[in-house]
Amino acid sequence: MSTATLPPTLTKKDFQTDQEVRWCPGCGDYAILSAVQSVFPELGIKKENFVIVSGIGCSSRFPYYMNTFGFHTIHGRAPAVATGIKAIRPELEVWVATGDGDALSIGGNHTIHMLRRNVGIKVLLFNNKIYGLTKGQYSPTSEFSKKTKSTPFGSVDRPFNPISLAIGSEATFVARSVDVFQGHLKETLKHAATHKGSAFIEILQNCNIFNDGAWFSLTERDARSEHVMQLEHGKPLVFGKDHDKGIRRKSDGDIEVVQLGNGITESDLVIHDAHHPRPSYAFLLSHMEHRPGFPTPIGVFRAWDDLPRYEDVMNQQIKDVIAKRGPGDLAKLLRAGDTWEVK
Amino acid sequence: MSTLIEVPPVKHKREVLDQAVIRFAGDSGDGMQITGNQFTNTAALYGNDIATFPDYPAEIRAPAGTIPGVSGFQLHFSSNEVYTPGDAIDVLIAMNPAALKVNVADLKANGILIVNSDSFKENDLRKAQMTSNPLEDHSLDKFRLFAVELERLTRRSLEHLGLDAKSMDRCKNFFALGMCYWLYNRSMEPTVRWIEDKFKNKPLLVEANKLTLKGGYSYCEATEAFQISYEIPPAQLTPGLYRSMSGNQALALGFVTAAQKSGLTLFQGSYPITPASDILHELSQYKDFGVMTFQAEDEIAAITSAIGAAYAGALAITTTSGPGMALKTEALGLAVAVEIPLVICDIQRGGPSTGLPTKTEQADLLQALFGRNSEAPIPVLAASTPADCFWVAIEACRIAVKYMVPVIILSDGYLANGAEPWRIPKLSDIPEIPVKFATDPIGFLPYKRDPLTLGRPWAVPGTPGLEHRIGGLEKQDPTGNINYEPLNHENMVRIRAAKVAAVVQDIPNVLPAGDPEGDLLIVAWGSTCGSITAALKAQRAKGRRIGHLHLRHLNPLPSNVGDVLKRYKRVLVPELNMGQLLWVLRAKFLVDAVGLNKIQGRPFKQAELEQKIEEMLGL
Repeated sequence: MSTATLPPTLTKKDFQTDQEVRWCPGCGDYAILSAVQSVFPELGIKKENFVIVSGIGCSSRFPYYMNTFGFHTIHGRAPAVATGIKAIRPELEVWVATGDGDALSIGGNHTIHMLRRNVGIKVLLFNNKIYGLTKGQYSPTSEFSKKTKSTPFGSVDRPFNPISLAIGSEATFVARSVDVFQGHLKETLKHAATHKGSAFIEILQNCNIFNDGAWFSLTERDARSEHVMQLEHGKPLVFGKDHDKGIRRKSDGDIEVVQLGNGITESDLVIHDAHHPRPSYAFLLSHMEHRPGFPTPIGVFRAWDDLPRYEDVMNQQIKDVIAKRGPGDLAKLLRAGDTWEVK
Repeated sequence: MSTLIEVPPVKHKREVLDQAVIRFAGDSGDGMQITGNQFTNTAALYGNDIATFPDYPAEIRAPAGTIPGVSGFQLHFSSNEVYTPGDAIDVLIAMNPAALKVNVADLKANGILIVNSDSFKENDLRKAQMTSNPLEDHSLDKFRLFAVELERLTRRSLEHLGLDAKSMDRCKNFFALGMCYWLYNRSMEPTVRWIEDKFKNKPLLVEANKLTLKGGYSYCEATEAFQISYEIPPAQLTPGLYRSMSGNQALALGFVTAAQKSGLTLFQGSYPITPASDILHELSQYKDFGVMTFQAEDEIAAITSAIGAAYAGALAITTTSGPGMALKTEALGLAVAVEIPLVICDIQRGGPSTGLPTKTEQADLLQALFGRNSEAPIPVLAASTPADCFWVAIEACRIAVKYMVPVIILSDGYLANGAEPWRIPKLSDIPEIPVKFATDPIGFLPYKRDPLTLGRPWAVPGTPGLEHRIGGLEKQDPTGNINYEPLNHENMVRIRAAKVAAVVQDIPNVLPAGDPEGDLLIVAWGSTCGSITAALKAQRAKGRRIGHLHLRHLNPLPSNVGDVLKRYKRVLVPELNMGQLLWVLRAKFLVDAVGLNKIQGRPFKQAELEQKIEEMLGL
């Protein structure tokens, strides 16, 4: 085989644009951009087949900085635009860059419907729990009683948990990673890229201007291991600096945190099963972070890829009808029904 | 194809007329739309020219027998050309007191009134808020009243079949239809075929409906109730093959044709809304044409998915009505900014807000022209008759891909549901729609324009070397990079406007119908075409010098509109709104035009137009 026929090897540089990146210095978005630019060349996908679609917000500037096809659309609507693209061109690799406001507030409807349809789109949800581009109002993931520019006496909204929402919509791939955990983030992105159906990745991202430190309890070196639990398929649910804590099933079906030792071993713990066809276990995991003493899981909550992609079903239906009826005859269609001749 | 239907022989007196207007009215559960459509189809197959006006309530089944539940279907059929469903009616079929009450005012003196006398009991009268029985109180004396026990007679025709009473009663509309077929000497064959197809898996219902239909026909024959029947010979239409066509159906067929002529996949993003949903129903059947229909989660997803599909290289459309149009406006702005081809159909209905969902109106013109933030011009086309929707759909697609712009089509409830004979075109007579996708990376810039159309390249994802970014932020000309510089913004606003204005090169100069100059010019658009044509004809027959300019292109306007306006002493703009085209014409041409405005959810009557014309002529 001649080398001329080999596809050119892509590098991170191939995915960088000449556009000046206009995020605030220190923004978590830089780390996410870098991770995506590192992962894309490794996916074995032609550069021209990548499309990045975004809505509105800081995260949605993402397409401008990726040297792929990119479409910066309107607030909240990226999943719907991306669905149209996938319907027509199922072979394209379509990624949506969005934020907590874009995907869960103004665009909540499109997010849930894209997920329940299982359109083959990868969604990167940059969650910084604040509205950055409009300069600091609370978002649908901001915590109750949070004081912001629009809630000087504290927010009275209860927040969404993006992972719970995605699992509730029966998304077939749901994962969480963190902007500063570069290795974990890249692995999560790669895993998502192999998923055929909808992939939803919440990326905990720091807005150092309007909500600095929103995730410090998970990202600061000494807090990290106590509060973060890495999910790995087939492995027990363990966390803690000394890997000495775990999650155990209770007889009523609920879960509890247990201290390993004193007769409790890893064999007593829940073994993570990301491939379960039903979403209820993943949903239970997604809720533990709200409970005292429980860790925040990161990694892949759910990766069940047996459901056909929406765009494939859509196109197959057309093929099936053509196979059954033959390709449409327009002249015949125009003459369909009762006709009469005027001489 | 079927040939013209043979008329059965008759023994009684027969009178030849040149036209008739018939209205079927009953409860929304009485099958009046089916009955009307059957008569329409039979009249069309016979060769009459036709115009229909289905008029039904927004409620699926309002309480039976009440005024809000009345559903009607009016048909004008003639041996001459017809332009409207008719002002006054010759024959009214009223299935209950409420239907009588709502419709009887439109019945001509000495007109034929067929009522279902079984539904004029005390309880029925009370539901229609009637204090005395009109069948007995002489209030109907000026009509030729035929009180027929439709329920009893239907049941008697069917008693041997073993159907329950409810199923038997549901057939009674076909008893009335059978009577009308007798009255107008029509063959029952097309309806018999329809019944056989419709109920093909329910032989008992085939039998019941056929028996009822024939029962109505035989009842007239046996009782000689009418003593006279009418003959309306076929119309002399332009030779060709015809079928009956409604506006929504015509739009759907137009889009399928445009897809084939352009070699593109048709993508429809839509969310159900009255009176536009039938376009989705129609197109969703055409999977064998590769048509992709997407029933989105909302109106916004309907248009944004279509924008995505267009970006990916499809012929993309979205179909809606006024409230949905309002929801789509931000996305329309995006389509303007990213300059991609897209066709948006607004099947107008009465508003504001939910308004009159099933009634017609023309009050979305200014929304179509201006209903977006900032400077966001969009070409706007309006169909003038149901069959014209076919041609407007094709033209909108042609403009969209040629100029890389979103294009709005305005239709309305009256066109959408109304039907007329449509001469089926030869496909070879419809020009191809040339489409060019960008493929060459050398010198490629996303906003480098065609000098003639000012359209930018259609560069679809998947094309090697053409990776680029587009979006709603202001772009630098011609790189497409984000740019906020003042002069660049002004330049881009002006280019987008110039591009839409350039569409005028594809719009022929207009020639008014009627007198090319004179005392009065009627300028109008959309579904009022038929009534105005009829009024113009009548007035010119009286020697009045009037012209009629019916605008298909509302943005940009044809280049000679200003000249045409100057050739008449006065200008009248009739619209089913508060004067929206009037506002545009006055603003654009400084012409002292006068409006005739009707906002009742109903089309103009010919008489209303003629009265205004005479008033303006000082008669």
